[in-house]
Amino acid sequence: MIFLTNLISGLSLGSVYAIIALGYTMVYGISKMLNFAHGDVIMIGGYMSFIMTMYMGLNGWLALLVAMVICTILGITIERLAYRPLRGTGSLAVLITAIGVSYFLQNIALLIWGANPKMFTSLFNGMKPIHAMDGQLTITPESIFTILANIIIMILLTLFVSKTKAGKAMRAVSEDNGAAQLMGINVNQSISLTFAIGSGLAAVAGVLMLSAYPVLMPTTGAMPGIKAFTAAVFGGIGSIPGAMIGGLILGIIEIFSRAYISTELSDAIVFACLIIVLLVKPTGLLGKKISEKV
Amino acid sequence: MAERILKNIRIGGLKNAVKGNDYRKEATISYCILIGGYILLQILTAAGLVGHNLQGQFVPICVYISLAVSLNLVVGISGELSLGHAGFMAVGAFSGILMSRILLQSMSFEPAILIISMLFGALMASVAGFIIGIPILGLRGDYLAIVTLAFGEIIRNFMNVLYFGFVDGKLRFAFNHTIEGIEDTDRIITGAIGATGTKTMASFTWGLLLCLFTVFIVLNLKNSKQGRAIMSIRDNRIAGESIGLDVRKYKLMAFVVSAALAGMAGCLFGLNYSTLVPVKFNFNTSVLVLVFVVLGGVGNIWGGIIAATLLTILPETFRQFADYRMLTYAIVLILVMIGTYNPAIKSRMNALFAKFKPKKKKDDGKVKKKKSGKEEA
Amino acid sequence: MADKKDKREELMDIDISDPGHAYENRQEIYYNDNVGGRAVFVDSKEQYDPDEPYNDQVYIPEKDRDKAPILEVKGLGIDFGGLTAVDNFNLTLGRTEIGGLIGPNGAGKTTIFNMLTKVYEPTRGEIFFDGKSTKGMNTVDINKAGMARTFQNIRLFDKLTVEENIKVALHHTTNYGLIDGMLHTPKYRHEEFRIRKEAMKYLKIFGMTKTADYRAGSLPYGAQRRLEIMRALATKPKLLLLDEPAAGMNPSETTELMDTIREIRDRFQIGIFLIEHDMSLVMGICEGIVVLNYGRVIAKGWPEDIQSNPKVIEAYLGKSRGKMEEEEKKEDIEDALKKGKLESAPSGKPDRKEGE
Repeated sequence: MIFLTNLISGLSLGSVYAIIALGYTMVYGISKMLNFAHGDVIMIGGYMSFIMTMYMGLNGWLALLVAMVICTILGITIERLAYRPLRGTGSLAVLITAIGVSYFLQNIALLIWGANPKMFTSLFNGMKPIHAMDGQLTITPESIFTILANIIIMILLTLFVSKTKAGKAMRAVSEDNGAAQLMGINVNQSISLTFAIGSGLAAVAGVLMLSAYPVLMPTTGAMPGIKAFTAAVFGGIGSIPGAMIGGLILGIIEIFSRAYISTELSDAIVFACLIIVLLVKPTGLLGKKISEKV
Repeated sequence: MAERILKNIRIGGLKNAVKGNDYRKEATISYCILIGGYILLQILTAAGLVGHNLQGQFVPICVYISLAVSLNLVVGISGELSLGHAGFMAVGAFSGILMSRILLQSMSFEPAILIISMLFGALMASVAGFIIGIPILGLRGDYLAIVTLAFGEIIRNFMNVLYFGFVDGKLRFAFNHTIEGIEDTDRIITGAIGATGTKTMASFTWGLLLCLFTVFIVLNLKNSKQGRAIMSIRDNRIAGESIGLDVRKYKLMAFVVSAALAGMAGCLFGLNYSTLVPVKFNFNTSVLVLVFVVLGGVGNIWGGIIAATLLTILPETFRQFADYRMLTYAIVLILVMIGTYNPAIKSRMNALFAKFKPKKKKDDGKVKKKKSGKEEA
Repeated sequence: MADKKDKREELMDIDISDPGHAYENRQEIYYNDNVGGRAVFVDSKEQYDPDEPYNDQVYIPEKDRDKAPILEVKGLGIDFGGLTAVDNFNLTLGRTEIGGLIGPNGAGKTTIFNMLTKVYEPTRGEIFFDGKSTKGMNTVDINKAGMARTFQNIRLFDKLTVEENIKVALHHTTNYGLIDGMLHTPKYRHEEFRIRKEAMKYLKIFGMTKTADYRAGSLPYGAQRRLEIMRALATKPKLLLLDEPAAGMNPSETTELMDTIREIRDRFQIGIFLIEHDMSLVMGICEGIVVLNYGRVIAKGWPEDIQSNPKVIEAYLGKSRGKMEEEEKKEDIEDALKKGKLESAPSGKPDRKEGE
């Protein structure tokens, strides 16, 4: 029974990672940059939702919607102001800028809301956990909704990318920026849209994560961000199903190593798994092989 | 066979050609900055112009300088992005601290203890670099970056569960649980609490020596056959292979030497504080060092030295504005990156510099004429 | 100071009459005009014993007949996915022969170079280099065995200086370890001076001493091509592969290049195998030519044979046109091939990358 409980919380955590990883993977796919500020967008989303419910008295779901809108705008703004001027200048410059943006967001949060942790009220506060198997197995509403949300988002996003015109444009830009431009695709718009979707999803992920782990601080987003990034690489960066698989596997590994091996070493085990996967498949589980023409 | 120089060969204009790196100049500038800065800070301290807080930053500044210089070996010279430099620093720090405590049992001559500890720290860090480097250096670009990040975190995680201490004068080791029957004063490394009771031996002068040594090694390496091999693989991997260079070997060499130097710096850092927590060596520290390297100019040794110094001193000086300090740091970082890398701004800056260029070229011409005159004579 | 001056003088006054790495049986070579014999590529069906000199049935330049071939390729082929890029490629190249590989774009010429240097692992066939099978070797081993190449799109170490580019190629003959390198020991100084002298020698041979201190990436196009050849030579090869050495050059530069290639062969006594679209160059210096189309050899032989071979003309022209037109064009191209003035195949003119 403990195994099942762990599996479910692993899936739940993994779903959060998967949703965050989507942001990383889509942004990497389209602009070949490691957006280290993505984790902090989650944190901002968390604070926004927190403020809306605590001070504005909004309903949790409405607050989530507001947080999504704000994060979407934030994502587009970050891309426009910080990343676009550096497009095509190599990954190092953009990486450092992303780190700068990450510092910026963390310190803005620190200035406004202080370093003291805030207790986040779960989005599913009123709901009761489900008990099964004579009360041996408890499934929290957070777990159920997170896993559900992950599945729904994944389906919608896959449909969006494969069926809609905007989605196809995004894929074209990821494949070949220059050629897409020649075909009349507005590259700037596509990239903005990618950042918008990624950041909106980050708000969802933030609220879902904080519902399960309710400690909200300016640095809340950093570690989940890094792990979700790891998940994206794990699954093959640039691939949407890869992000989902990577996220789920990582979440399960983390929960299981916490439960059965060592709490302190759980992160080390997660990262070690990433390294093993990359050694066997250098571009991740579902990543494409890159080859250089001689 | 008669001496034959190929006839009819025209090289074409060298107008647009750029002179290569002048190693001697680079070394001179680097050493001058280090020694000059040291003397300047010593004078300012003697004059009482340096606050207590800043004085406490002297050793860390030196450590950061040598970290930046050693990371430059990987990022600038080898051309690979590493996000786990703090991991090697951690290995060097904790193994160095351990060694110093062991030596202190039988020795009392501090400089010798310090040097042996630093060498041990370098050795352990290079072993770590070797173990990490072998499997991952086949990866490319961003994948390598994420794996170095992962390794940095793994190393830090392991430090959280390591326990070292003396029980009845004998060194004891435990993993994931405390050592039984240990007294507080005999603890060396206590898991997440880190190293305690370290005898601090580091000083500004040792810091300077560390910096000089690091710069000496890195610059020498750069201007040697190994350095050339490393740089040529950076410039063109396939061409490197085609002239018989073992790509992995030289990437690994850069990585291991860099790790060893980081370990040495980490050891000095460790011996600067009586207590040291493993959290100190997290991802943020790796990023901090990377920022020094990038702001100083990738591959530019003395640029990294200046960046490391300024970026450690400035936030410290503005400590009274603690709240806005890091915010400003972030904004400045973004602006500087955009200012130096944005193609439009870059070309505008170049146009600005071009105004000063004609003078230089004339000078060059004169020098060349003089030289050729000598040859004729 | 005096010591330094001496050293500088020593550097300036390098004797380049000694090629640096000569092979045994050096002799003055007469090239072109069929003085030294003719070359032809053959399908050698039975395995050749590398220690044995050629038998009479193998046509290679007379000057190379008393030595085993430097390169023998048998039934070489490679598939990418389901696509066969090259199939059944055979070649025998004499010790000091200049061989040419021509064919329309996409024929698989560079792929053959990549297989010879093991950038790609061949799917089928065998390569014997200097009498030894190259099975299991990688690119690095191939170079160490004595095969060096240049690339179609120049691959220099852009941020290193010209001199350093050559010094890197001298890597394996530079004799000091990592510790010497890090501490700049006297051994380091001695060796560095020696290889600097050697690098200057190459520069002097190619008339590029002036460029020594400039970054390779900032040189004019022609100088970059030449530097790439120098770099390959500095690894002391027995066989030099040149991938479109004349790409992007104007006629007079091409003429210089032809001289250079012959000069290299004479001076270093090595075999040269080159891919080129420029017919005047190929017909002018190659002793044997092989023509490739769609990954298959369609013709082999001496330059004169190739010039009049209908298959070759067809490969370059295509045969879908009307008969009249075809005949006309055929005559045109035949003419051009004979005169050696067809600078490149109609379909195969490479882009000029820089305004040289």
